[in-house]
Amino acid sequence: MTGSARSLALWAGVSVLAAADPGAAAGPPPGATAGAPPGAVSCAGCHAPAAVGGPVPDLTGRPAVEIVAAMQAFRGGTRPATVMDRIAKGFSDEETRAIADWLSAPGGGEARRAGP
Amino acid sequence: MPGRRAVLRGLGAAGAVMALGAPAVLAQAPPRVVVVGGGFAGATCARAVKRADPTVAVTLVERSPRYTACPMSNAVIAGLRDMGAQEFGYDGVAAEGVELLRGAAVAVDPQARRVRLEDGTALPYDRLVLAPGIDLRFDALPGYDEAAAERMPHAWKAGPQSLLLRRQLEAMEDGGVVVMAVPANPYRCPPGPYERASLIAHYLKTHKPRSKLVILDAKDAFSKQRLFEAAWQELYPGLIEWVSLSFGGRVTEVDAASKTLVTEFGQHRADVATVIPPQRAGAIAAAAGVADRSGWCPIDPVTFESTLQPGIHVLGDAAIAGAMPKSAFAANGQAKVCAAAVVTLLRGETPPAPKLVNTCYSLVAPGYGISVAGVYHPKDGLLREVEGAGGTSPPNAPPETRALEARYAEAWFHTITSDVFGGAGR
Ligand SMILES: Cc1cc2nc3c(=O)[nH]c(=O)nc-3n(C[C@H](O)[C@H](O)[C@H](O)COP(=O)(O)OP(=O)(O)OC[C@H]3O[C@@H](n4cnc5c(N)ncnc54)[C@H](O)[C@@H]3O)c2cc1C
Repeated sequence: MTGSARSLALWAGVSVLAAADPGAAAGPPPGATAGAPPGAVSCAGCHAPAAVGGPVPDLTGRPAVEIVAAMQAFRGGTRPATVMDRIAKGFSDEETRAIADWLSAPGGGEARRAGP
Repeated sequence: MPGRRAVLRGLGAAGAVMALGAPAVLAQAPPRVVVVGGGFAGATCARAVKRADPTVAVTLVERSPRYTACPMSNAVIAGLRDMGAQEFGYDGVAAEGVELLRGAAVAVDPQARRVRLEDGTALPYDRLVLAPGIDLRFDALPGYDEAAAERMPHAWKAGPQSLLLRRQLEAMEDGGVVVMAVPANPYRCPPGPYERASLIAHYLKTHKPRSKLVILDAKDAFSKQRLFEAAWQELYPGLIEWVSLSFGGRVTEVDAASKTLVTEFGQHRADVATVIPPQRAGAIAAAAGVADRSGWCPIDPVTFESTLQPGIHVLGDAAIAGAMPKSAFAANGQAKVCAAAVVTLLRGETPPAPKLVNTCYSLVAPGYGISVAGVYHPKDGLLREVEGAGGTSPPNAPPETRALEARYAEAWFHTITSDVFGGAGR
């Protein structure tokens, strides 16, 4: 991780923690798409659950701060990317945070789906 | 599950009330969602509805026992991949609690909210999802009918057609001419024809280097054009000739017997020809009254509900999804958004505005991939591109990036098919 990416990550971590709503901790039921924030269900098009495997990292259950920081770095061009730089630019900070929270919630986005 | 359907059939009146969304009735009989078409869109949607609300009875109607995926099928044509890698079963979908019905839907009565299958079965629904993909228009290009497709394969529905084209390429002598006909927009998979051209060129360069490939195009510009043309220059110099609309590329007629393609400017005799004809939404869309005069289906960009028939949603290639291309990636995302909207509507609530993503990879050669991406949101009644986002791979990327994108293309196929059909379906 580059210095700037790290400081972005730290910064993002603080802001997400500050904004965290304890009431929202339960998250949606596992595998449900009805409660998914805008854009969230498209992640699984490339980011497979660990059980499926592949070179693209599994996002489910990752700390939200990490996902937010990565998206900000992609958007700002400070993290190398093939396609995520182009996709990250389509989401605001608020939208990114909502997606990250959903992915990191217990049950992890659509984690229950798929698998060998 | 059959018991439930029998009960519903017997209670026509209750079904009618339910269609109006009376909550008291919903509490007694589960709402019914019928999905027609078990491709990237339909199979995803059926599973996602069941997941979002397990109390909903979901039936998936699919005419074929196994699904043959189009993405990566150009690699099959070029001899780089086995057909078996394209095929998927429906066990994973059934394991999710979706009732599978093998058969073809032939009619829809939107007033009575019933779908009729070829064998006469009538399926009542509260909400219907149509995801029939495309039909090839065998009435649009003079000389090109189903019989002609056996001589000049379209291979635009993967399966025997892909293998036929592959065998024809294998049988062609070195020095032969391959001709491709590409339609005007809109059609399934905008970059697909150029990926096919690239991989056929790879096959020719490797096995029949004195051969040529001519692309006769009904357009003046195409998806990822700059990247494709640069790669052709680099990898296949002098092998591919692209004839654009302005230079007489539009094919107006074909003669299958002599494998001749006629354009506004002349004639091309082919040793092997692949003709991708104009397309429309699968026939059930017109039968249900959800296709407009273009042959495609206008939809609400939040719910994917038809703007022509309430209670019927249209997904995937069949839909007019604004700026979204007709891709498997798009179909999968649309299906999840639609599933959430359907469940929300069944509860009498209003679905929120979605955001959608598309990423399409094309292989230009083994180990050489390029991509186009976009982010979309509803605006002025259409799905429009979010400005400032999306676009193609950079034109001047190093070989490592192209290699990485080729790897991601493979990985995407594995991920998306696992997501749609589940592991058990393989
Ligand atoms: C050569 C090629 C390469 C491609 N590459 C890519 C790629 O790299 N990435 C990408 O994202 N997309 C790609 N695509 C596009 C992709 O294949 C389509 O966009 C996708 O298949 C659309 O999904 P769908 O569910 O709408 O339709 P389909 O996948 O066609 O599924 C429709 C299903 O409905 C069934 N059906 C239809 N009518 C009825 C009926 N009346 N009753 C019962 N069943 C019915 C059919 O049997 C079929 O199983 C490619 C396409 C081609 C041709």
